[in-house]
Amino acid sequence: MKKVGGLSDIILKTEGVGVTYQESIVALKNVSLNVPTAKLTAILGPSGCGKTTLLKVIAGLIEPTKGKVIVGGKEIIGPGPDRALVFQDFALLPWATVLQNVAFGLRARGVPKKEREETSLHYIRQVGLLGFEDKYPHQLSGGMRQRTGLARALTINSDILLMDEPFSAVDEQMRRKLQEDLLKLLKIESKTVIFVTHSIEEAVYLADQVVILSGRPGSIADIVYPEIDRLGEVDLIRRQPGYIELVDEIWSSLKRYVE
Amino acid sequence: MSDSQNLASIPENSEINSSKVGTKVSLFLWRLFSFFLAFSIWELAGRADISIAFPPFSEVAVAFVSMIYSGEFTVAYADSLPPLLTGLCITIIGGVFIGISIGLARSAEWFVMPLLIIFQTAPVSALIPMLTYIYGISDTAKVVAIVILGMPLVALNSYKGIQATNPSLLEMSKSFLASRVDTILFVILPSAQKMIFAGLRLGVSGAFIGIVLAELLITPTGIGDLITYNRFIARYDKMFATIVSILAIAGLTLSLMSIFEDWLFPSEKHK
Repeated sequence: MKKVGGLSDIILKTEGVGVTYQESIVALKNVSLNVPTAKLTAILGPSGCGKTTLLKVIAGLIEPTKGKVIVGGKEIIGPGPDRALVFQDFALLPWATVLQNVAFGLRARGVPKKEREETSLHYIRQVGLLGFEDKYPHQLSGGMRQRTGLARALTINSDILLMDEPFSAVDEQMRRKLQEDLLKLLKIESKTVIFVTHSIEEAVYLADQVVILSGRPGSIADIVYPEIDRLGEVDLIRRQPGYIELVDEIWSSLKRYVE
Repeated sequence: MSDSQNLASIPENSEINSSKVGTKVSLFLWRLFSFFLAFSIWELAGRADISIAFPPFSEVAVAFVSMIYSGEFTVAYADSLPPLLTGLCITIIGGVFIGISIGLARSAEWFVMPLLIIFQTAPVSALIPMLTYIYGISDTAKVVAIVILGMPLVALNSYKGIQATNPSLLEMSKSFLASRVDTILFVILPSAQKMIFAGLRLGVSGAFIGIVLAELLITPTGIGDLITYNRFIARYDKMFATIVSILAIAGLTLSLMSIFEDWLFPSEKHK
């Protein structure tokens, strides 16, 4: 495991972010983090450690009690066009079709109907949902729902994709498929991804930078940079030397925070 | 992959459509059968000589038709329908407006909610004689009776529907930079739609109770008068025919509302 200070340009950073609920419950404490451009950063930690809180602070949905989030050199004051969120529970409108759901962000931006449908269909095709654009969420499987959520986040063409345990609500085989597809997709679309997970394997498999949070209150326990070659076939990633060792290493450092 | 799935979905859809038509026809037949069953039981019970005040269905049906031709219904409904329609409009529009407003604005909540809960839980029929003192024997008294029986139900359900919006959808809307108006139009209102319409159904039923109560208790006019008068002269067939007529109008109104709901939110049909 090699630790590197900066992988490349920093697109987003948090400076001493702390979140306190109801004046006494400390969810996050002094989180300072650099997120490199066009790389995948995983936020990993035991349940209840504030991973999702950190992501929502970055998304601008939760205002930090202390510290700040800086994107492209500017402090954020809420959600912005530079960040798109993918939700753990998909957050799809049940009364709207796949196409209408995917087009939601563009509609909110006032993009004309024809244009937003064209863009949405492009991303529906890219996530492998073409032919399902007129279906309703309840007619889709969990995996297809999350593909819809991903397409919605992609349509608004923001540089940063924030994913909150995106694959935790689907079964193991679907999770693997979605992970592979995400890697393939990121080879086409150059995005900076920050995703929250509780799966060590998922973090090592996908991420260029793994941020390990300690138990409550969440603070950064360690940052590791898996040196895994993702340029070749995605199938081969898990067979690379060092993959299993790194998973074990992270587990031994994380174990003490798991009750 | 996607092309073949696209093709595969075509026969699947038409299959769904043809089976849906089949379901609709059989649903209609079942409903017809349930009416037939209820009327048969009524007929048998009426012929069993339980009470002279309970005529069989056939006599009531004859009275019903005769009352249409004699113009008794026309006269009575000419009295009852204008205040009923006015009251219904106020109940529906006012109720939905108040419910949505207090659902969206926290500041309105503490002010309006206690009043609504009192009106919903109080035995409102007990208030009706009081309305006579305030508004006298007038159409206004009828309208007020309708509104206090119907509107709290509409408002409370609309309010609850708004409050029950999935917080995750609200977060989604916010993170995708939707304006407050867009969030209300595309997230909150569609989400509250089922509760709002459930409230409307209850409120419309309440409104019908209101008009009958008002005409029985306040102003002996219209439908209420027709019921009271026929009971007084022991024409129970006509009394029941009048009751059936108001039930039929209430049922028709509720069906129209359900058609309106389907028209307004066609996607719900797919569920």
